[in-house]
Amino acid sequence: MTDATGPADLLYSEVEEELRSSVRALLADHCPPEAILARCEGPVPYDPALWRKLAADLGTAGLQVPEELGGAGASLRETAVVLEELGRSAAPVPFLGSAVLATTALLACGAEELVSSLAGGERTAALAVPLSTAPGAGFPATVRVDGAGTLSGRITSVADALVADVLLVPAVGPDGAALYAVDAAAAGLAVARRTSLDLTRPLADLALTGVPGRRLAAGAAAGEAVRRALLTGAGLLASEQLGIAEWCLSTTVAYLKDRTQFARPVGSFQALKHRLADLWLETVGARAAARYAADVLARGDADAEVAVAVAQAHCGAVAVRAAEECVQLHGGIGMTWEHPAHLYLKRAKADQIALGTPGAHRAALAHLVDLPAPVAG
Amino acid sequence: MAVREEDLRQRVAELLAAHDPAATDRLDFLRARFDAGLAWVHFPEGLGGLGAPRPLQAVVDAELAAAGAPGNDPRKIGIGLGMAAPTILAYGTEEQKRRFLRPLWTGEEVWCQLFSEPGAGSDLAALGTRAVLDDDTWTVDGQKVWTSSAHTARWAILIARTDPDVPKHRGITYFVCDMTDPGVEVRPLRQITGEAEFNEVFLTGVRIPDAHRLGAVGEGWQVAQTTLNNERVAIGGQAAPREAGMVGVVAGTWRARPELRTHDLHQRLLKGWVDAEVARLTGERLRQQLAVGQPGPEGAAMKLAFARLAQELSGLEVELLAEDGLAYDDWTMVRPDHVDFTGREAGYRYLRAKGNSIEGGTSEILRNIIAERVLGLPGEPRADKNVPWKELPR
Repeated sequence: MTDATGPADLLYSEVEEELRSSVRALLADHCPPEAILARCEGPVPYDPALWRKLAADLGTAGLQVPEELGGAGASLRETAVVLEELGRSAAPVPFLGSAVLATTALLACGAEELVSSLAGGERTAALAVPLSTAPGAGFPATVRVDGAGTLSGRITSVADALVADVLLVPAVGPDGAALYAVDAAAAGLAVARRTSLDLTRPLADLALTGVPGRRLAAGAAAGEAVRRALLTGAGLLASEQLGIAEWCLSTTVAYLKDRTQFARPVGSFQALKHRLADLWLETVGARAAARYAADVLARGDADAEVAVAVAQAHCGAVAVRAAEECVQLHGGIGMTWEHPAHLYLKRAKADQIALGTPGAHRAALAHLVDLPAPVAG
Repeated sequence: MAVREEDLRQRVAELLAAHDPAATDRLDFLRARFDAGLAWVHFPEGLGGLGAPRPLQAVVDAELAAAGAPGNDPRKIGIGLGMAAPTILAYGTEEQKRRFLRPLWTGEEVWCQLFSEPGAGSDLAALGTRAVLDDDTWTVDGQKVWTSSAHTARWAILIARTDPDVPKHRGITYFVCDMTDPGVEVRPLRQITGEAEFNEVFLTGVRIPDAHRLGAVGEGWQVAQTTLNNERVAIGGQAAPREAGMVGVVAGTWRARPELRTHDLHQRLLKGWVDAEVARLTGERLRQQLAVGQPGPEGAAMKLAFARLAQELSGLEVELLAEDGLAYDDWTMVRPDHVDFTGREAGYRYLRAKGNSIEGGTSEILRNIIAERVLGLPGEPRADKNVPWKELPR
């Protein structure tokens, strides 16, 4: 039985609240639902102008990066606050892929130059693994490296790869496992957009044929960099899921106060009030679990694996339920393309699979907290 | 001047020097502790406290426990400590505070709560127990129910109808009732666990001096809100280590009895474990908010979550035990003075946990409170608004 080794801070600091206000104001100005809808069916699903403002001007891309590497010298706690707001707005920006997954992997590898360029928002990167990869999965082996150090293979369903300048590719070769940096413009690399369930976090399939790569880490160090990136990503994804749930809950509550049927506000019917009270209860829990995961990851606490598994097992399901309730309780309008509820439903459902399903995280917990499965036979 | 941690340690040292716990009678020590202002430090001076910040109580408790000092066994006087005391402090006269608080805290006088009635449960404000004033004495007639500790209590906090001609919330008055009055009859109320934790209390011509009224005539409902708010805090407010409570019991059985494990139960156990850990973190976050003076609405959340968890996990445990789950430890009618979830077996826990979503505000009422007060959703249309109590259908 593990337990937290340090005192966890589950609240938000003043600095974190200020950061939240800045990010929320920016997203309110630049990322209204109509603009997202218009963009996600166009050729470029991302908004490069929004990304510049968010990543470079507000400095959110480098929150977890030390100041000497050009970052803000903050921590994963602040990074998590940004993800809450991005979840709340379903913003189409490569924050999870670049500022969380790739940056964490690069920090673990000590790839300072690349980290600096990501922290400044000049470039973006993506960790080239399927978005569905859980933290406990083995080292990805779909790309082989040959004796000359070129990479060949396929990686499917990579998030935020479409706009990435650099891809961080795990590969296995004669010398074992290693993590490579591959230039997005390199010869032999094909990045094909997939039609994804989540309209606001596009996926791409990568095909590599003799692509040159720069080795960032090898052996155990490469494995640790990928594992840490996935663990951090899963833990912080809980904050995005919290943001989704909050938007869905508050939007639904506002609608039910306003909508009148049977000469009453629909929100005065007890059957609906109880559903929303239960949803609120789950959201309150999601906030505690997401905050705990972010705090534990930020402090490098030994309880990180448990905290992340708990946060993902809970928050993934909460975001989905909140989005499903949002669609249902909006009635007909909730089923339309025009209303933004579906953007959140699609993000929530994809997030539930991203970086390990709730079931995968519960299975991880069975080992972590000594609740073993029945022995077969 | 603000009381600091050092001042409290100094006072504890002085108390211990003057009253060696090993050589002092338990009750004498508790009285001396109360008089030193170390009973509940956030209470005013002279009433067992020092006007200190509430979180500092932990410092006093730890120092006294380390010195082997006797405690006041809060499990047995929970209603006095958690509900009567804050109400007396908020609404009592100086004389009432001085008379009641000291023996309440030391446990010399046990308190119970005469609120619920057979016809007034969730709709407590519809209560029908009547109190009529003649000269300086009230005469009370009616029936109360779900009264724990009534058979050991010296005093009760009581709400009764003093004006049937006004709408229900406005005609209620709050009293301190003497449980030794000859008109008070306490009958055990046996519950589904076999024991009788609660009682029915019949009030027939019970005499209450007007000096034992708490708050103004007709303002009992507002006074009762203080009691009820403290009840919810008392039930849902504790911070706990991981695997505390019901989840720890089930997890312990799972680890100790590998032959009982099935895949279906494994999935449900892991879900329950996650829910319990999330509830623990929610409680911890609430505690941190309170410590920095940001009370949140999570108190109601904790009570709801606790009830659901206790029921799911205790049900899971009985099922996990398989053949052993068919047995029950003891149906004998006893009258316990506190609830002990872990001192009995799985079947008891399963049955007793059914009360968690009923006592202290049903889960349905809590959901209404969350929906209306936290989320701001409109109330249901009311049939009892602005109608005199005596005209309400019953």
